[in-house]
Amino acid sequence: MLTESNIKLPIYMDYQATTPMDPRALEKMLPFFTEAYGNPHSRSHSFGWDAEEAVEKARAQVASLIGAVPKEIVFTSGATESNNLALKGVSRFYKDRRDEIVTVVTEHKCVLDACRHLEQEEGMKVTYLPVETNGLVDLDRLREAVTEHTAIVSVMAVNNEIGVIQPMVEIGQICREKGAFFHTDAAQAAGKIELDVNAMNIDLMSISSHKMYGPKGIGALYVRRKPRVRLQAMINGGGQERGMRSGTLSPALCVGFGTACALCEADMGKDNEHISRLADRLYKGLTERLDDVILNGDRDQRFPGNLNLSFSFVEGESLMMGMRDVAVSSGSACTSASLEPSYVLRALGVEEEMAHTSIRMGIGRMTTESEIDYVIATIIEHVNKLRAMSPLWEMAQDGIDLRSVKWSEH
Amino acid sequence: MSPITTYLDFNAGSPAKPEVAEAVAEALAIGGNPSSVHRLGRLARATVDRARDSVAAMVGATGLQVIFTSGGTEANAQALSAAIGLKSGPVVVSSVEHPSVRDGAAAMSPSVIYAPVDHDGVLDLAALDQILASNQCSAVSLMLANNETGVIQPVAEAAKLAHARDILIHCDAAQGPGKILVDFQGLGVDFLTISSHKVSGPQGVGAVIVRNGETLPAILRGGGQERGQRAGTENVSGIAGFGVAAEMAGEDLARAPILTAMRDSMEARLIQMAANHLGGFTVFGGNAARLPNTSLFAVAGMARDTQVIGLDLAGVAVSAGSACSSGKVHASHVLSAMGVPDDLATAAIRVSLGWSTEQSNLDRFVDAWYEIRIAKSIGANATEMQKAS
Repeated sequence: MLTESNIKLPIYMDYQATTPMDPRALEKMLPFFTEAYGNPHSRSHSFGWDAEEAVEKARAQVASLIGAVPKEIVFTSGATESNNLALKGVSRFYKDRRDEIVTVVTEHKCVLDACRHLEQEEGMKVTYLPVETNGLVDLDRLREAVTEHTAIVSVMAVNNEIGVIQPMVEIGQICREKGAFFHTDAAQAAGKIELDVNAMNIDLMSISSHKMYGPKGIGALYVRRKPRVRLQAMINGGGQERGMRSGTLSPALCVGFGTACALCEADMGKDNEHISRLADRLYKGLTERLDDVILNGDRDQRFPGNLNLSFSFVEGESLMMGMRDVAVSSGSACTSASLEPSYVLRALGVEEEMAHTSIRMGIGRMTTESEIDYVIATIIEHVNKLRAMSPLWEMAQDGIDLRSVKWSEH
Repeated sequence: MSPITTYLDFNAGSPAKPEVAEAVAEALAIGGNPSSVHRLGRLARATVDRARDSVAAMVGATGLQVIFTSGGTEANAQALSAAIGLKSGPVVVSSVEHPSVRDGAAAMSPSVIYAPVDHDGVLDLAALDQILASNQCSAVSLMLANNETGVIQPVAEAAKLAHARDILIHCDAAQGPGKILVDFQGLGVDFLTISSHKVSGPQGVGAVIVRNGETLPAILRGGGQERGQRAGTENVSGIAGFGVAAEMAGEDLARAPILTAMRDSMEARLIQMAANHLGGFTVFGGNAARLPNTSLFAVAGMARDTQVIGLDLAGVAVSAGSACSSGKVHASHVLSAMGVPDDLATAAIRVSLGWSTEQSNLDRFVDAWYEIRIAKSIGANATEMQKAS
């Protein structure tokens, strides 16, 4: 029997918006605020050297997670900056030789916004590829779109809204054949799925710390050295990060991020086993007891910790508001204040009505089985309640095809 | 971790105050994305909003005028590009600006004019006016206080000159708050840069204060955070710490006269020691208004790096100028602009005090400096004299 006493409310099920910090990473970073507070760019005393050593260790930990070498890691303020730096930095440097970008309509908003800026104000030509109904990019269309004029191809590794994994190896091969740089926004992927920049021919990769149990305010851009990728910096000044990104680094944030990377690398097998088991339990628990629940995105090519489900005839917002004890999201956090249906789901061909019924549930390292059971019970209760109030649900149960109904306006 | 030493490099970065570290740790432990609608998200949003008001209050602005960034360097880049806008004329920056402004301006504008300073490192206002009169300038950037010398610039006057010609002006005030009163309204500038870790907050966070909340073109595009002017999930813990540091900056201001007195007495002792044994002691910017906590000085004859490394071995952390350029051998652009000859400039070291500095720290520095700079040369002279006789 389910009791509330053995779980702490509210239950956090929004791991794609941000993850709780792993206490082991938190513990490692705190001394850098009060005891080892040097400026890592101070070369003249041991406070600075200690801070620099900590930063360099963190850099090696980030590199190791993705099969890179430390010199290829540029610390940034987060994945948004990394994505902007990759797209604008490469475009501005190579524009005279190659002036095209290829990306996908389901990318994170910051990739699309950076592309739109480069298109509208800096003369780049951008191709936005559609996706299949499973959320995956069509490799033949990608192959056609990438030409000898393409400077950079940007395709995310794991989608933030629906969790599908794009075919990294194949995309990397196509880019390499055409001599275009391959950038991937791995904010949702790094630390969660195996990534290897060499096996996948990735030239630039954006990583976020706070999506993998590290602190907010830091991320990284992997920039390949062989063959070398050149960038025009967006932030100039002290010449830190080999001129690609000036500004004093926060050793505390670097250490928290580096430790989070090392923990993800060490625990990836264990994490994924745990997450897959709970995701299966959640999916089965809901679909066995509720009709008309649809999983958005490919069934197999996905990160299991992201379950985006549509509950027909149930407003996602109403469901969220009803479940006060469960923190979930109806899509990306960045756009969660807007009531527009998700552009990602629309790109999959999900109809607007169905897109409005979707909820994203995030499962992570700290999620427990009893939390999942509580969430299953809560969702079933609220979905049944909301459906019972819906005349449309009643009509559908009576076998009426709602698409055939001609609504009259009064 | 290094052993407990005497830290006198506060202009490079300051240890966080315990209250600040507590706020950071608490925010890290709570988590939450401020853009999320659920309770945890709203909690994070409330933390950011409270800090925004505290940071605004520290510089006499309102919360709506604050755009959080990843630090002073990014804030300078944001503000400069906003001040320049679509104008193509040269940017005027003082010849003693931080590299993020010097290099940032050069990267953003086809040409940069470096406005001269006098021998004390103070901007020459007449020269600035002349530059503005004879060029179609796009923007002006003048720092509030120099990071190397501590010299305070006539920002309000420069703002009047710029505005008289309808030119926007940015002020890098990273070194101001907590040391001198910073009043955004009184300065009259259009953009102001501040940095958390220069005011005893955590590294990795800063802000641009904007006069008109709508004028900042985003360098980082995406999720629409910071009212569309700076995308990216907010560094909630850093911002929380910055907020607390801002709330406590008043305490530092109240203690500023004590720092000034400690700094001045240190300089007096060094001058006396130099006069007795070496001669020719220079305090850079010594005749100008300076930050209470900063002293940059030199006696020709021993390289700054030799001194700072010797001091470090003695457990005293100081700097040979700005942290960004420490380790490089050329003379500081700040001292060159002040007309300081290279042999003197390359002997300069900077001592900067902060919230946790006590008189004993300065005593320890003075003793260590005497050992390294004077005792040894007296010993060497004595040996030479013995050899000669």
